[in-house]
Amino acid sequence: MLLSMEHLRKEYPNGKVAVDDFNLQVGRGEFIAFIGTSGSGKTTTMRMINRMLKQTSGTIKINDKDISKMDPVKLRRSIGYVIQNIGLMPHMTIQENIELVPKLLGWSKEKRAEQAHKMIELAQLPDEMLKRYPGELSGGQQQRIGVVRALAADQEIILMDEPFGALDPITRESLQDLVKHLQEDLGKTFIFVTHDMDEALHLATKVVIMSQGKQVQVDTPENILRHPANEFVTNLIGEERLIRAQPNILSVSQIMLKNPVSITPDKTVDDAIDLMHDRRVDTLLVTDDDDTLQGYVDLEDINRITDAHTTVSDFTNRQVFFVKADSLIGDTVDRILKQGVKNVPVVDKDKHLVGIVTRTALVDIVYDALRGAPEADETPASPINADIHAAATHDEGGDSQQ
Amino acid sequence: MMHFLATYGTQLISKTGQHLYISAAALALGVIVAVPLGILLTRMKHGANFVITLAGVLQTIPAMALLAIMIPIFGIGSTPAIVALFIYSLLPILRNTYLGMQGVSPTVRDAAKGMGMTWWQMMIQAEIPLAAPVIMAGIRLSATYVIAWATLASYIGAGGLGDFIFNGLNLYRSDLILGGSIPVILLALIVDYLLGKVEMAVTPRQLR
Repeated sequence: MLLSMEHLRKEYPNGKVAVDDFNLQVGRGEFIAFIGTSGSGKTTTMRMINRMLKQTSGTIKINDKDISKMDPVKLRRSIGYVIQNIGLMPHMTIQENIELVPKLLGWSKEKRAEQAHKMIELAQLPDEMLKRYPGELSGGQQQRIGVVRALAADQEIILMDEPFGALDPITRESLQDLVKHLQEDLGKTFIFVTHDMDEALHLATKVVIMSQGKQVQVDTPENILRHPANEFVTNLIGEERLIRAQPNILSVSQIMLKNPVSITPDKTVDDAIDLMHDRRVDTLLVTDDDDTLQGYVDLEDINRITDAHTTVSDFTNRQVFFVKADSLIGDTVDRILKQGVKNVPVVDKDKHLVGIVTRTALVDIVYDALRGAPEADETPASPINADIHAAATHDEGGDSQQ
Repeated sequence: MMHFLATYGTQLISKTGQHLYISAAALALGVIVAVPLGILLTRMKHGANFVITLAGVLQTIPAMALLAIMIPIFGIGSTPAIVALFIYSLLPILRNTYLGMQGVSPTVRDAAKGMGMTWWQMMIQAEIPLAAPVIMAGIRLSATYVIAWATLASYIGAGGLGDFIFNGLNLYRSDLILGGSIPVILLALIVDYLLGKVEMAVTPRQLR
């Protein structure tokens, strides 16, 4: 593990516990986002990593070395540090700012200059900007410099404390893309403190949700959206965001109907018509004895058959469009809609029939994604809505107990 | 005017030299003591107010009295004058150094520390350059005071342009009074102008 934090605790002399039993293992190239309300201890935790604060108890190890036994100045030079208010030295040129840590490390002048040119290119800013002063740059440009300055001495870990909080949304997005690129292409490890959930979900490989000094949930953005640990997390994410995220996190198996009407190939046309009548459907899925999907039969096809003893296998449509149960709705919904079919069979990885997706279920997904939260008193139209209603009911239950 | 210069020309030059020497020595001492002290005060949680108030109290002692107090300690001549003027120079420099250092944004300090600067590097590379304009303004103010008050040093035998003025007062010679006062004013203006240039030079381009 690149960075390992065990049983961290920070208690202030006045008895206030800022961080309580914090544990986290960070691998190389990960992007960790700490998120929580103010006072949740996220910044405190981050600042303990470069010993800007000292933990009351617990250990932090970088590459298996206990940082409390390292020289804090050397430690800080090996960790990139980006803060909200940019923190460029106003009396130094951009070049001097970028070269700051390399200079502290005693790099030669040539090597430093070379690095400065490399970094300004990485920041996607023109080379001549090196001679300018921070005050002559826009906020977004300044923070681009702030970000690459944190990499200038080839730091492996970069700490960022709400670095884009003060920027307008468009600038923020372009900077998010920049750090994402640095993480993915250069393999840098980021520890990122934010209170912007979209930012955390967009950038992080792992999100650490904190509240009152404790870790509430530590997981991938997908898993957090799929299974918020508790009400606090649900509220923090926001119901609307949960619903909007559904197409990207829900798999087909979660919205399909689990009892599709199917028939085996050896049955006759009569049997098929009876079955359609009983179950009020106009299409039957054809499966063999071990449930493997063969095709489908349609009412129109049956209509053309005059001999009642013809077996189903004789007029099965074998050109059947199906989807995999574990694929994401977001990826499949377009394909399903383009095919123009009413119902789509769902199969597992061995092509065994496991369910069916109806267009009605898709309409619900698209509607929710576009319109936000469903009406509270609406009848649950799909299993997802049912989940939300269940959650809402649960909340009310919690209140009434108090 | 020409007559005055013809008679007192050489004397004027030597007295101006003395005057400058006393002022410069006092100011230099003031800078050497007050700047580090002011920086030190920003590092202490308590005591800053006390020290600044103390310097303020010293400032209120009448100049004549302070010079007179110096005689039993340092005798007469330029030494007691320099010490007395040094005491006067302290407050503006001390206060401005303290305020200038306090005024360095915590963000810059946090960033400097977080990037791995030592205590010393933070001070030399970040805090002092950023506080320099304010510190310089304090030095400039002190310089003007010191040059003006150095006139009184003549009273305890330190020489300087005050000699002309005191002689003029004793002899009812207004030409001597003016001949001493005008150079003092000019000296103060020139020094203030030059220090103003220095202040500009130490101000980072972006903060002007």
